[in-house]
Amino acid sequence: MTGAVPILDVADRRLIRATQGGLPLVPRPYDAVARAAAVPAADAIRRLRRMLELGIIRRIGAVPNHYALGYRHNGMSVWDVPDDEVDALGAMVARFDFVSHCYRRPRHPLAWPYNLFAMVHGRDRAEVDGKVAAIADRLGASVRGRDVLYSVRILKKTGLRLGG
Amino acid sequence: MSPAACSELERRLIDCYQRGLPLVPRPWAEIANELGVEEVDVLAALERLQRDAIVSRVGAVVRPRAIGASTLAAMVVPPERLDEVAAMVSARPEVNHNYEREHRINLWFVLAASDHDAVERAIRAIEQATGIAVIVLPLVDEYRIDLGFELSWT
Repeated sequence: MTGAVPILDVADRRLIRATQGGLPLVPRPYDAVARAAAVPAADAIRRLRRMLELGIIRRIGAVPNHYALGYRHNGMSVWDVPDDEVDALGAMVARFDFVSHCYRRPRHPLAWPYNLFAMVHGRDRAEVDGKVAAIADRLGASVRGRDVLYSVRILKKTGLRLGG
Repeated sequence: MSPAACSELERRLIDCYQRGLPLVPRPWAEIANELGVEEVDVLAALERLQRDAIVSRVGAVVRPRAIGASTLAAMVVPPERLDEVAAMVSARPEVNHNYEREHRINLWFVLAASDHDAVERAIRAIEQATGIAVIVLPLVDEYRIDLGFELSWT
């Protein structure tokens, strides 16, 4: 479902690195980002807009901390559904507003039979369970196996960053 | 600060600006204009939200795989070694999320690096350092586009 990755030049990559960690809270933040990326100030906004249009940058905005906002419980719901149905089922699950991420991932021999992942959040476990039940309803008879992995502790969380 | 203590302006910033931050030289002034306040008010509110970790950052969210490489990974860690192994995993710069989850497979983390080889090297290094196999579950397809999160304030 994802097409070929459009070519980004070195300046684009530097801009992404400079932007994804967070814009500085100064009156002209894109100028600061441009300086950090060694890109002309006028170029920074133009390049960011292009990357947004291409979908390389999904969004630019406030990234709320679910945990601090009271959504202390997250459940990674995982589902074993037939491979020839997973795209259609994944698209259905993704239409729930409360599903923050929905992915197909490979099964792992012996260790891991699940190929569909849907992340849900709640202020308590019952809220998470209710949302998982709604997903189960929507998936119906296609589900051959399922589990929910509740988070116990967040040990590290930063934005998705490129390594060096 | 609890979410209930968020001011009206802070709530509107979170509700309305998880995406679509204006791409203009003075975005905070533009937002202030849209919300009928002053630029300094917007800056002060965002500073407070970040200081209190209600907002982790105001920045770009990049599509997975658009640049670099990343994967979800997991390990079965004996309970008595969990703190030690989790600390070793978290210490790696490639690891940007690391969660303990209630399951036999109890440590779940996301690795990201400039390319697949670098991700692979990090996984091998974690396996060597801990003596525990890493289950690698890379993204095959993404069905939900991350456009922010709808909060209810009650």
